[in-house]
This record gives sequence, structure tokens and C-alpha cells, in this order.
Amino acid sequence: MEDWLLSPNQYSSLMVGARATLQLLAQAFVLGVVLSLIVGVGRLSERRWVRGVSFAFVELARGISSIILLFILVIAIPILLGDIFPWVRGQPVIVMASIALGINMGGYGAEIIRGSILSIPKGQTEATIALNLNPTQRLRYVVLPQAMRIILPPMGNLTIEILKGTALVSVAGGFDLMRATGNLESSMLAGGVIGVTVLYVNVLVIYFVMAQVINSLFRFGERALDKRFQQREGRAALPIATTHAAGS
Amino acid sequence: MNATDHHKDLSPKGAASVRMRGVDKAFGSLTVLQELDLDVEPGERVVIIGPSGSGKTTILRVTMTLERIDSGTIQVGGQHLYHEETSSGQLKEASEKHIRGVRSNIGMVFQHFNLFPHMSAIENIMLAPVKVHGKSQKDAQQIGMELLDKVGLIEHANHTPGQLSGGQKQRVAIARALATQPSVMLFDEVTSALDPELVGDVLNVLRDIAEEGKTTMMLVTHEMGFAREIADRVLMFDAGRMIEDGPPNDLLSNPQHERTRSFLGAVAEH
Amino acid sequence: MADTTRTEPTAEEPDADGAPGDVVSFELAQHHKWYRRPDIVIPVVLVFLGLTLLAVADTPSARFRSEFTPPGDVSFSWSYFFHLVPQMLQGLFVTARATVLGFLIAASFGLVLALLRRSESRWVSYPAVAFIEFVRSTPILVQMFFAQVLVRATPAVSLNALVILFIVVGIHYATYASEAYRAGINSVPKGQWEAATALNLDPLTKWTRIIIPQAVPNVLPTLGNYLVAAFKDVPIGDAVLSTGGVLFMASTIRNVDFRPVEPYLLIGVGFLLVSLPAAWLVRRLEERIAYERD
Repeated sequence: MEDWLLSPNQYSSLMVGARATLQLLAQAFVLGVVLSLIVGVGRLSERRWVRGVSFAFVELARGISSIILLFILVIAIPILLGDIFPWVRGQPVIVMASIALGINMGGYGAEIIRGSILSIPKGQTEATIALNLNPTQRLRYVVLPQAMRIILPPMGNLTIEILKGTALVSVAGGFDLMRATGNLESSMLAGGVIGVTVLYVNVLVIYFVMAQVINSLFRFGERALDKRFQQREGRAALPIATTHAAGS
Repeated sequence: MNATDHHKDLSPKGAASVRMRGVDKAFGSLTVLQELDLDVEPGERVVIIGPSGSGKTTILRVTMTLERIDSGTIQVGGQHLYHEETSSGQLKEASEKHIRGVRSNIGMVFQHFNLFPHMSAIENIMLAPVKVHGKSQKDAQQIGMELLDKVGLIEHANHTPGQLSGGQKQRVAIARALATQPSVMLFDEVTSALDPELVGDVLNVLRDIAEEGKTTMMLVTHEMGFAREIADRVLMFDAGRMIEDGPPNDLLSNPQHERTRSFLGAVAEH
Repeated sequence: MADTTRTEPTAEEPDADGAPGDVVSFELAQHHKWYRRPDIVIPVVLVFLGLTLLAVADTPSARFRSEFTPPGDVSFSWSYFFHLVPQMLQGLFVTARATVLGFLIAASFGLVLALLRRSESRWVSYPAVAFIEFVRSTPILVQMFFAQVLVRATPAVSLNALVILFIVVGIHYATYASEAYRAGINSVPKGQWEAATALNLDPLTKWTRIIIPQAVPNVLPTLGNYLVAAFKDVPIGDAVLSTGGVLFMASTIRNVDFRPVEPYLLIGVGFLLVSLPAAWLVRRLEERIAYERD
């Protein structure tokens, strides 16, 4: 068994890398969810140009390889657009990488959101029109809460795909778990190739555990939502009985 | 959209009139409404009957702006629904904002209830008063509980639609529509999806609304007995046109038009 | 039981328009079986042939060089951009070829995994599930590094970078493909299996005539999507294993000419020119091949 373990020092360096990976994932996730919502709703807009732009975004974000997108954002964009948007120039690799992964996630996520919105029965939207809710309120209070049940499982899978994608930043010069692994590898070459193999097995397991944690979080969310939808006991919700008694 | 925008909508306006002039509506090559002129007076209770495909439901749907009309005008409470008057008195196509303003006077109850499954009965009712009309949570809850009391479902306030029977769902849906105090209420075959033994409770609620007389009612229904009892006027539709219009006792007992006769005969057989 | 027998003839009665005398002259209509429809079979066969040609062709050398003196400033130059096109195409060819070879492994090994997973013995199905889950939720990039050091650590095995790339892509996407097979088989309604049993079909007939024809319309588009996904992951091999695909081409040019903008943008464009039509084809297939279920 001990043959398969690393030293505590090595584990602590890997944990530093894992933290960077999770931070990168969190940034990409936030951007990805925001883009998914905007573009997914945009795909269903009544305005033709909004639909067109959203469609183009989805096709580009999904069509391009994430590693190529990453290299374009990290290497080509700062030079190409540096004069127009000086902001992109001095950005650390991790920021540009988060944007690349966020765009990638947004492309796939938008299609998830679009599909889930389309799956909500038409009568629900008609009821919101009859109640005179405005389009934003329709989405926020009626459509998206119902769509969430459909969105969560594929979003969980997508988040794991993005976690896998974070490893790419190491080859574009960013620091993450994979870069930490590379650093360890070069320091332990004396230990021989067997040791390096063990190192990579450990790293794979760390990624696997992170993916399982993400998976469980989403499962937990699904269950919480299902509970909300299912038979809800009267006393569990609003404290209405008392208010009513006082009011009438 | 901020709440104060709509605060004025809240003042009870009482029943309003509905006037349609030359309304056309087609779905592709299928004409569903043709050159329709229709006047409904404030507080009037109009029942619309006709075979399926006659356009009767479409009248309600264009009034609720669920479908847009192809040509003609509709006025609710004297205000154009689909048009705005320019300074020179001409009519131009209305902005969404204008439509929303006029639409706030209209309420609708659907055949299939369309309750929001993720909200309890009371939350369904409170949504529009709070989010559209800027009521406080407390006031909306007060209104909601009164309405639930009125439809006999006060003990179901915290139940989700999944826990309610069809008849209960429809009564919650009626309460939801009433919560914004609309001047015009549209009822689209509200008992058609219900089991026969549940129809009575829903009709009782409709009777109460009719008796209060605070709102103009337009109903599409196949319940001829109920139509006779509640309606001031019955309109018979066929192939997108209104072919007969009269008090329920005349039209239902002594129809003038051949199509009306055969339609009433077919309905009676059921 | 007797009741059922008595009512059966009425249930079996033909439709009103099928006159009783027609039985002799009745012809079997060629209705929409997916494998008999030219609009599905021809494109699928053509794509398949194209992929085969790609797989058996020679690998060009992975040497990229620039024979162009770019302008001194680093602003975007169209002439330099177009000058790089042939080299980009060469890289794209290597990437596409590695994808096809990798996917051949994925499609066949994926079927094996799916069958292992269906096994009634837990000693077989649990390890299969564990393997699929593990490979699916770890980065392909780390798997490439792992495969590289594993080969280095095993003196008996010597594989070149391109072969390591096929194998890693193949195994990684085999886990995805196995899920596609599984979903395809599960998508055949339970009633179909029961009907096959009720008709007393032997296992071979059951699979070849009932299950597989209904499962393929669900499996094929999903596999197509994974083929496109694998194509997007193959350039990772350029960065890890220095295989001579598009990304390797761009990095080489960048190191030679110190002009990073054009090569990276160019491979982005070149990539889209392949992946977008491919994804579009898969979507068309998906729309056309579906059986209508009631």
C-alpha cells in the first residue's frame, strides 16, 4: 500500500495546486453560468439579432477546441487587442484561462438552459402573461424555478467537464494542480520513473475525488429541489395560519 | 420594472367595457376570426358558445394578448389595447408598455388551470399582487387568504397544485386571477377538464363573482344550463363569425339560425 | 383466459380499408427503416469512407517551418496569415487522423465496456462501472502524462507519441461511448423485450432484428457527437506528447517567427471549419434517423 502513497510534503504541494484548480474552476463556473443564462435566454429572444448573436456564440464556443481557445486567449488576444483594450495586456494566465473555460462552459450551458426553458409547458407562460408579469419576472419567478430541475443534472456533468478542462492551463503557463504535479515531477526525477507513475496515479485520484464532490453537490441540489416540488406539508411553509387569524 | 409604476393599477376600477371592431385573426391559411365586431358593456356577463374551431376561444385569447390580432381594434374600458393614439389622433401600433398597462385590467382563467407547480396555492395568488402591482407581502397575503376563503379553500393555502384536485386547482386559479381586481374576466372552458362531480364547486364560485357584479365576464363554456342561468347575453360563433346574439332564453330555447339549432342539439345529446 | 381468446379476433381485425381479398396481392411496404433510407445510408457511408481513408493515409512529417519573413512589427498581417494555411492544413490532417484512429478504439472498446457493465455478475459489472466513472471524471491531459510516464517506466513497451495519443483518446472516449451504447440499449422500451420473449425469438434474432435496429438511431448520433468531442481533445496531445497536430504547428511557428497571433487564430479558424460542419451533420442525422414513438 505504501508504494502507492507520496510523502506528506508532496501531498501538501499537491494541495496547493488543487486549491488553485478549484479557484480557477469557481471563476470559470461563475462566468459560465452567467453566460449560459444570458445566451440561453438570448437564443429564444423575439429579436432576430439577439438570436443571431447568441447562436453564433454557442456555435463558436462549442465548435472550437478548449485548448486552442485557451491558447488564443492567453497568447494571441493580449497582443491582438492590447491596443484597443489595454486591460487584456497584463492579465495573469489564470484570468485569461478562466475566461476561456467560462466561454466554453457558456456555450454548452446555454443549450442546456434553452432546452429546459422550451420544456416548460406553454400554459405556464400564458398564465404569466394573463397575470401581466413582465418578461424578466416571467423568467425569474415562473420559468427558471421550474426549469432548474431539468437544468441541474446536465449542469453537473458540464461542471465536471470544466474541472477536467482546468488541467489545460498548466500547458499554457498557468498554475494549477497539474502544474504543481509537473514541478514535483521535475524535482523527483532522481526517484525514477516508477515514482513518477505513482505521482500521476495520485493526481488522477485527486481529480476523481474532486469530480465526485461536485457530483454529490449537484445531487444534493437536485434532491433539495425535488423536495420543494413534492407533497409539501401545510405547516412546513409560510406561517400563514397565524397571520390570517390576526388579519380576519 | 419598479413597483410604483403600477401602483395606480391597484385602485378598483370596477367593471369595464370591451369593444372589438373589424378584428381578423388567422393562423397561417386558417381564418379563425373574421371582421368581428363585438360590444360587451361594463358588468355584462356574456357567454360564448360554438363548435370547436369556431373561434370562440380565440376571442378570449386575443383579448388577453396571448395571440395578437391581424387587423381591427380592441378597446378595454375605453382604452385601445393594441393601439396608441398619436398627438394628431391617429392610431399607431402600441408599445409593449402600453399593452401591459391596458392588460392589467384583464384577468383570465384557463381550461387547464396553468397553476405554477413550484408554488403553493397562496404563493400562486400572491405573485401578481406583489410583483406586478407592488403590494406588500402582508397585504397580498391578506387579499389571498380572503380570496381562498371565498372559493372555500382556506385550509389548502399551503398546498402545492400537485396536492389539489382538479376542481380545487381551478378554484385557486380563479382566486389567482381575481387577486389583481381585474375589470374584465375571461373564462376559457374552465370546467371542461374537470371530472363531472367537481364541476359544481367551480360553477358556484363563478356565480358568486357574477352576483358581486364588480367585473365584466366573458365565458366560453359548454355548460348550457349554467349559461342560461348566468348570462345576460349568449353569442353563437361558427367558422370565425358571430352568427347569433341574444338573451339566453331566446337564443338557447328558440334559436333562429340553423347552425345554432344543430349545435345545441349536438351538445344536448351529451 | 377463455374471455381473452374470444375477444382476440375482433382486436386482430384489419383496418377498414384493408379488404379481405387483398391478402394475396399484398406487398410489404418499405417504410422508414433507417438502414433502408438512402438519405441516411449514403451520407453515413460516405463519412465512414472518408474517415477510413484518413486512417490509412501516411502521416506527413511533423516538421513545421516558416519560409516567410514577416514584417517587423507585430500587428496582424493577412499575408502572413494566409502564408501559414498549408502548414495549418497539414497539422489539421494529423489531428483528424489521430481522432479517427483513437475513435476506432473508442467505439470498439466502448462496446466491450458496455457489455461488461451489463453483465449479471457483480464481479464483472462493478469494476466496469468503476473504470468508466474513473476515466470519465479525470482530465484527459493528466491521462496523457500518465500514459507517457507509464510507457517510460515499462522497458518492454516502446510506443511513439502518436500511438500513445490514439490509445489515450481511445480509452477516454470508450467510456463515453459505452454510456452511449448503454443509453441506446436502455432506450428500447421494456415492452419490446417482452414482445420478443412473447414471440419466443432466439437471442440472436432478438438482438439483430428487434433491439439493435431500434438502439442504433439513439447510439449513432451520440457517437457522432463524441467523435467531434474527441477531435477537440486531440490537440491536447500536441501540447503534452508533441504529436504534430495543429497546436504543435502553431507553437512551432510561434517559436520560430515570434509571431503568435496569426498561427493561433488560424488554427482556431481551421478547427471551426471542420468541427462546425461535422456537428451540423450529426444534428441532421439525429433529426432524420429518429423513430417516431407514440
